[in-house]
Amino acid sequence: MKLVTVAGPPSSGKTSVILRLAEELLKDGLSLGVIKFDCLSSEDEHRYAKAAIPVKLGLAGGLCPDHFFVANIEEGVQWGRRSGFDLLICESAGLCNRCSPHIREVLAVCVVDNLSGVHTPAKIGPMLKTADVVVITKGDVVSQAEREVFAFRVKQVNPRAAVMPVNGLTGQGSLMLQRQLRNAPDTQALEGVRLRFSMPAALCSYCLGETRIGPDCQIGNIKTMDFS
Amino acid sequence: MTDRDLLHIPIALLLIRHPYAKDFFTILGLPSTARQVTVEAFFASLDQDHIDNLGLIREELGLRLEAFIAQMEKLKSGKAPTLQSITLCGGRDKDGRLENIRLELRPGDVVSVVGPTGSGKSRLLADVECLAQGDTPSGRHLLIDGQAPDESLWLGGEQRLVAQLSQNMNFVMDVSVREFLTLHADSRLVTDSEAAVAQIFSTAVLLAGEPFTLDTPVTALSGGQSRALMIADVACLSASPIVLIDEIENAGVDRRKALDLLVKQEKIVLLATHDPLLALLGQRRLVIRNGGIADIIATSDVERTLLHKLNSFDRKFSELRDRVRHGQRLNFDLDEFLAECIRPAGHPGED
Ligand SMILES: Nc1ncnc2c1ncn2[C@@H]1O[C@H](COP(=O)(O)OP(=O)(O)OP(=O)(O)O)[C@@H](O)[C@H]1O
Ligand SMILES: Nc1nc2c(ncn2[C@@H]2O[C@H](COP(=O)(O)OP(=O)(O)O)[C@@H](O)[C@H]2O)c(=O)[nH]1
Ligand SMILES: [Mg+2]
Ligand SMILES: [Mg+2]
Ligand SMILES: [Zn+2]
Ligand SMILES: [Zn+2]
Repeated sequence: MKLVTVAGPPSSGKTSVILRLAEELLKDGLSLGVIKFDCLSSEDEHRYAKAAIPVKLGLAGGLCPDHFFVANIEEGVQWGRRSGFDLLICESAGLCNRCSPHIREVLAVCVVDNLSGVHTPAKIGPMLKTADVVVITKGDVVSQAEREVFAFRVKQVNPRAAVMPVNGLTGQGSLMLQRQLRNAPDTQALEGVRLRFSMPAALCSYCLGETRIGPDCQIGNIKTMDFS
Repeated sequence: MTDRDLLHIPIALLLIRHPYAKDFFTILGLPSTARQVTVEAFFASLDQDHIDNLGLIREELGLRLEAFIAQMEKLKSGKAPTLQSITLCGGRDKDGRLENIRLELRPGDVVSVVGPTGSGKSRLLADVECLAQGDTPSGRHLLIDGQAPDESLWLGGEQRLVAQLSQNMNFVMDVSVREFLTLHADSRLVTDSEAAVAQIFSTAVLLAGEPFTLDTPVTALSGGQSRALMIADVACLSASPIVLIDEIENAGVDRRKALDLLVKQEKIVLLATHDPLLALLGQRRLVIRNGGIADIIATSDVERTLLHKLNSFDRKFSELRDRVRHGQRLNFDLDEFLAECIRPAGHPGED
């Protein structure tokens, strides 16, 4: 069975990209499953189920979803093998920009989107810096120049990754990603295999030493009040 | 210079040899103030917490720097990936009927793509974009220079084959035209970015009806001005040899000039449109029906002459639009208003 970790900031298009990819792979007769790691609740479960993709949802609650991921992934792999999948995809929203679910010897995909701005690649931590493949979404709504600048910035931060644009709505470009998945290494078990990068014992940017106040600096498990 | 040597030279020297390496330090948030020490000594001196917080591993910094320089060198020397031709080999239409077509396109070719809504125009452009190898719904194949594309070069995402323009695309960066173009020029590792910016700007102003300045925020540009800037930028700065245009609206851009510009830059242009005036600007047009290319029509001399006349109608319509826009009342005689369009060109006043 092939295992792939798909990480990226919230709403960068991870689920959309996986669904577009799955449509093509299912047509080819591959069987695949998804494990979704999230904080409190997730609509994604229903989106996968609607596409007839077996899915397991893991809610981390008060933990960082990526920490929660490591504690559960080995069992997840065994679930995938029992289910007879050819491919098991793990989707997780690395909420704190400092965690990364990427594992050595397992294909690591990071999804980022053009709308997040050209300064974003430099700000994302190991989940982008250690990825094998970086997928860039939402190119359909920005100019060619912005797409090129964004891709350039990604290559500067992670010069070794294959960088590919994919449209999460139409699936345009997902062919390249498909080719990468087909060449991914096989995974039988993960015991003893290492993470690509250590995780901090923190939940949000303030745990990580952030001192500035403001929405741009609040990353992670943040609750906002209603002042209306 | 071997990769190993890289680590043993002072940072100052590294920056002389590879000026863009400055970005390596700034983008990864590493202070590069200690310019006299060697790269290796600098990496060794960094605070562990600092490196952790950046999501980096000390032992990998050297490898990262090497990969960074290799990647930048590739982008620099790679300039424009060159190709002599692309060939579109037919697949099947929506009912599975064979397309039976082999279409070769060369730099400077402008081909329009026409057909009813849902017929498959965008599909055709997407096939070109992803270099279809029989693995899209249409089953089409694309060849580069007459051969199946080089996996590592074109399919790995290393080189971008196409640049795209469509009417859904907007500027989302909050910067001035000057900053915007400079960012793009820098990402292309252009040596004289100031000159490049000036050239693109003057070209864009030429294409746009109404002028704008280098200090205008890109998000404040009108539809026509945005489109003009995007086209000038794609023509002059993008490395991609193919330009795909999907449904570009008639928004105050001189489209004839725009296409001429792309042709002059040796681009292959594919243009999906419902607008007859735009479709006739292509040297050929592909007629799409039910997902397949049903016909390829070369624009005839008759059509070119017609286009000339139709354009004068188009100008009359713009005039009309302007009059209404400026609060005028319409009280003219229509035949008279359109007379100069109908009379044969070059014989004004002839009855
Ligand atoms: N040869 C084909 N085989 C199978 N499906 C096809 C084929 N060509 C097009 N399609 C599908 O038909 C649908 C409509 O095509 P497309 O969006 O390209 O139309 P269009 O001509 O661009 O329409 P519009 O003018 O509204 O933009 C798409 O889902 C596309 O994938
Ligand atoms: N325009 C555009 N929207 C996209 C694209 N990819 C995803 N989206 C939209 O972005 C939103 C978030 O996508 P989702 O897949 O849920 O992101 P996730 O949180 O990373 O899984 C959804 O509304 C998607 O429809 C894309 O390529 N273009
Ligand atoms: Mg999701
Ligand atoms: Mg279309
Ligand atoms: Zn975390
Ligand atoms: Zn916290």
